[in-house]
Amino acid sequence: MTTLTMAKAINAGLRKSMEADKRVILMGEDIGALGGVYRVTDGLRQDFGRRRVMDTPLAEAGILGTAVGLAYRGYRPVCEIQFDGFIYPAFDQIVSQVSRMHYRTRGAVSMPITIRVPFGGGIGSAEHHSDSPEAYFTHTAGLRVISVSNPQDAYTMIQQAIACNDPVLYFEPKRRYHVKGEVDESAPLDDAMPMSAAQIVAAGTDVTLVTYGSLVPTARDAAIAALDEGVSIEVIDLRSLSPIDFETVEASVRKTGRLVVTHEAAHSGGLGAEIAASITDRCFDYLEHAPVRITGFDVPYPPSKLESHHLPDLDRILDGVDRALARPNSLSGVED
Amino acid sequence: MSNENAGTGPLTDQTSAGPEKNQGSDTDTSGLVQLLTPEGVRVSDPDYDPWIADIAAEQLAALYEDMVVVRRIDTEATALQRQGEIALWPPLLGQEAAQIGSGRALRKDDFVFTSYRENAVAYCRGVDLTDIVRVWRGNAASGWDPYAINMATPQIIVGAQTLHATGYALGIQNDGSDAVAVAYFGDGATSQGDVNEAMIFAATYQAPVVFFCQNNHWAISEPVELQARRNIADRPPGFGIPSIRVDGNDVLAVMAVMRLALDRARVGGGPTFIEAVTYRMGPHTTADDPTRYRDPAELARWAAKDPIARLAALLRNEGILTAELEASVMAKADAVAARLRAACIALVDPDPLTVFDNVYSEPHSVLARQRDEYSRYLRTFVGADSDNADSGNADPDNADPGNAGSGKPDPAPGKTVEGATR
Repeated sequence: MTTLTMAKAINAGLRKSMEADKRVILMGEDIGALGGVYRVTDGLRQDFGRRRVMDTPLAEAGILGTAVGLAYRGYRPVCEIQFDGFIYPAFDQIVSQVSRMHYRTRGAVSMPITIRVPFGGGIGSAEHHSDSPEAYFTHTAGLRVISVSNPQDAYTMIQQAIACNDPVLYFEPKRRYHVKGEVDESAPLDDAMPMSAAQIVAAGTDVTLVTYGSLVPTARDAAIAALDEGVSIEVIDLRSLSPIDFETVEASVRKTGRLVVTHEAAHSGGLGAEIAASITDRCFDYLEHAPVRITGFDVPYPPSKLESHHLPDLDRILDGVDRALARPNSLSGVED
Repeated sequence: MSNENAGTGPLTDQTSAGPEKNQGSDTDTSGLVQLLTPEGVRVSDPDYDPWIADIAAEQLAALYEDMVVVRRIDTEATALQRQGEIALWPPLLGQEAAQIGSGRALRKDDFVFTSYRENAVAYCRGVDLTDIVRVWRGNAASGWDPYAINMATPQIIVGAQTLHATGYALGIQNDGSDAVAVAYFGDGATSQGDVNEAMIFAATYQAPVVFFCQNNHWAISEPVELQARRNIADRPPGFGIPSIRVDGNDVLAVMAVMRLALDRARVGGGPTFIEAVTYRMGPHTTADDPTRYRDPAELARWAAKDPIARLAALLRNEGILTAELEASVMAKADAVAARLRAACIALVDPDPLTVFDNVYSEPHSVLARQRDEYSRYLRTFVGADSDNADSGNADPDNADPGNAGSGKPDPAPGKTVEGATR
């Protein structure tokens, strides 16, 4: 076991994948000499050279479009999108080309492209540096979408994403880059939990709380806090957003009868909507209360002085838990 | 005479078309590389003659046959569309020299990324005729296995494939190969960001890629003047990419400049941009009506520059195009057309559950569930219509959802494509 930050864990995973397969090529802006604006690719240029760690022109469509060509040639490109809000110029190449090439060519051409996206807010940054665009991609057939919440998963799942023959969007919660955790670098990748599987990170019996990425630690804190009031929360880290491991969520909800979903991304059409609808569909008879969503608002990402209001935090999540339990809450009127 | 713009050299005034240009589509054709005049007269050019020094009578006859055959394919496919056998067809009428001249310059290990109009390039790559029409009949998302003929399936998002070619070229470069990636696209595509980004990436990394732009003067109804105030070939030098403007209706000139560009890429000389000035004599697709936006006189002027007629004139003057050769070329063209028609009509509608195939290359739980549910839905139709029920799978309990020959009567009658690709 080694103690690593999430950023260092991704770096270690990238290194391992590059050592294992010379067809793995990193592409992105400032990923070479600088090592990325978050230093995730730090040191890789020195060790693997500029052909395998390519600083690209500042053109996201260009990065993804050339990655398609490299994949055509048999390479496994790993593209870094510098910030979530910079991915939109590449949207056409991702949804019109990367996602469909395998389907279009009837399986002849694979697109083993990994798209790394630092995402989410909480860092007090400028506009376009705090978005949560994951739902655009979970709505697109042909893509796999995953999000990591801790250094061990970050290390393992970047390797799984690169090894996957389908295109994978790998969302990195940038405000957790510097959180440290234990990482087992020696465990064989084949023994790891599949990247499509969700993980129960806190066991509980009263409410199922589903989240991913940056809010996983917040949800765990909420579970600990709720114990003080005698409420037992089961926290599920989705890890995979496409496909969603509904079996794990469903099994939990059948036990608890109550579902709360929380994410930073906007409310309408978000992952929470999909989970609420699908779980209602799968186990309606087991639900004791309508599913509750605690999410970012349907607003453009706000200025940093307002972001703490936009982002779900421990108290808002617990308020949602109270709603699911039909306990006094902000909407019912809190008794004093 | 060379008007090749060196990447670092100054722009020449001869290629400038200023704002005085009107809406007509007879763009500036001065300064084009040309080896064969519209009248079929071979003109000499010391810069480009050496590139086609090997093209003798036999090769000229082969190029003529190619062009006649691909025009015949075009005619047959258009007829198939009119008869309802395919939904749509994008004719290449008028662009035979641009596509055959460049396509025949390629090596087998070169890799081609095209738009949807490059059926003559596909022909040069050795495509199976069934695969040309499969997609237009709606039977499959694309025609062929790209690795079988080293040609990507046609791209409908205009210009997107220029980046794919550039990326492929970066792979070639990494592999240490001397193959070349080629991007085919049109004048309309040059307005897309993708094409401009492709030129930036190609120039930055000196990728072995050739940008082959067929300026056919029309992007559906929009004349090239709407995309470019100056000649398209004026742009690449600004990116650091040498460009060549060639008479795209002159198969010899096209082949010469393409060979030059391919050779440069093979020896590490980086990308080249070719603007082949040609003309789309037909509609954008069979769904289009060019009489709404195009002056018939303009079409007539370009018909006088027909690429096949001018090569035929040369062949006649040189005594190559005998009545015998003419007859054998026509017989070949008719035979190819007959094969195309037969292959098209023989295509069998895909099984309904194949709609789920190949979305992912590895299992996907959510999609698997949808497939299973739809399979169960389809099985409710088994036996409901005795004319269509598939008795082989009549027992729903034993039907294999992975290979369901559903009894559902004609689940997806072919919808006519009303819209047009761009």
